[in-house]
Amino acid sequence: MSIVIVKYNAGNIQSVLYALDRIGIQAVVTDDHEQILSADKVIFPGVGEASTAMKYLEERNLDKLIRDLRQPVLGICLGMQLMCRYSEENDTACLGIFEEEVKKFTPSESQVAGGIKVPQIGWNTIYDLRTDLFKGLGDQSYCYFVHGYYAALGEHTIATTDYVQPYSSGLHRGNFYGVQFHPEKSAAAGERILTNFCQVIDK
Amino acid sequence: MLTKRIIPCLDIRDGRTVKGVNFENIRDAGDPVELGALYAREGADELVFLDITATIEKRKTLRELVNRIAHHINIPFTVGGGISSVEDVSVLLQNGADKISVNTSAYKRPLLVKELAREFGSQCVVLAIDTRQEADGEWYVYLNGGRTPTGRKTTEWAKEAVDLGAGEILLTSMNHDGTKSGFALDITKKLSVSLPVPIIASGGGGTMEHFSAVFQDGHADAALAASIFHFKEIAIPELKGYLQKQKIPVRI
Repeated sequence: MSIVIVKYNAGNIQSVLYALDRIGIQAVVTDDHEQILSADKVIFPGVGEASTAMKYLEERNLDKLIRDLRQPVLGICLGMQLMCRYSEENDTACLGIFEEEVKKFTPSESQVAGGIKVPQIGWNTIYDLRTDLFKGLGDQSYCYFVHGYYAALGEHTIATTDYVQPYSSGLHRGNFYGVQFHPEKSAAAGERILTNFCQVIDK
Repeated sequence: MLTKRIIPCLDIRDGRTVKGVNFENIRDAGDPVELGALYAREGADELVFLDITATIEKRKTLRELVNRIAHHINIPFTVGGGISSVEDVSVLLQNGADKISVNTSAYKRPLLVKELAREFGSQCVVLAIDTRQEADGEWYVYLNGGRTPTGRKTTEWAKEAVDLGAGEILLTSMNHDGTKSGFALDITKKLSVSLPVPIIASGGGGTMEHFSAVFQDGHADAALAASIFHFKEIAIPELKGYLQKQKIPVRI
């Protein structure tokens, strides 16, 4: 089983590598096209800003490469958002794997008065879980989130979280999976999800 | 629902935890990695590692320790102490830190906050402020671990830093730190309701009631403490159970 983490100009890539190492899974961080294409599983992580990340991917033809992958792919945080059609973050056309759009959290005045801040930082629950990515996880499991933009609910939603409004904390289409939270920082729940992606998901 | 965070803080000197700790169930309580992993297992939401010697001795990074922490701990962690440049931060983040905190260096050169936010994103830039309430009732910023007064109001500096890109504020009340008499509710609330970023309250937590007060009355998004956890005066699972009974959202 070869697992590749896509290297690009986004933060937190090492954290994913270390998290896999903690659960005994070897992975390689690379931007080499051949290595990515031949991997059994591909993880597309990221913390950062959408337009600079997309520009970087396009300059290296990684956008097309990722879109055409046939093996299971897991986008994390910004990685998941980039797999959507469009992001309001600096008006960015993204990869278009998921139809869902990425929008900025805009809490109402009463929500702001109630203490809702943007970005969301901290532990929140995921529910209405679908697919084997979440196998063994209880509904309302806690995961760690850091984000100011969210993917709306849609036909590809496989996990839902409430912040400002219900939104997609997980997406799935064909061989592509995405999670908005950081499984690499989400304690036992996150380790379960990474293990599921690496060992349970087979297409 | 987004939960309130409980954050143990580990003071580090030369790669070892500083304050004496009292744990039977780990081999080496002086090892920050082992202690941090224990807190993570007990349900801590994040960890802060603060190199308390760094600002004075100008010692740079805790690169190796950070790397070891990142390999062993499965919750987010912040590293602070003596960080003064984009290069310092780059090294720490590459070695697996999720966030860094800046204090004196950011006050002396506020553009540092902007540079860090632009380079790495606001989400990893925590501005730490040591604050003291003076006789006039106002809260002022102190530097160098609380040794150097600035004469500047805490509310002003916090707002400026957030405008420059700080993603969270770690607010330590010097009046309350070490007293176990409760957190500074007024200044915590003042910052929390006026700023769009999370406020981590620090200093004074001594009982479980103090934690519920800082969340409910102080409007804190997270609460940080050190010795009460190290000396097992409060256990994290008990604390979270208590907070849940008070209808405060916590991760259990």
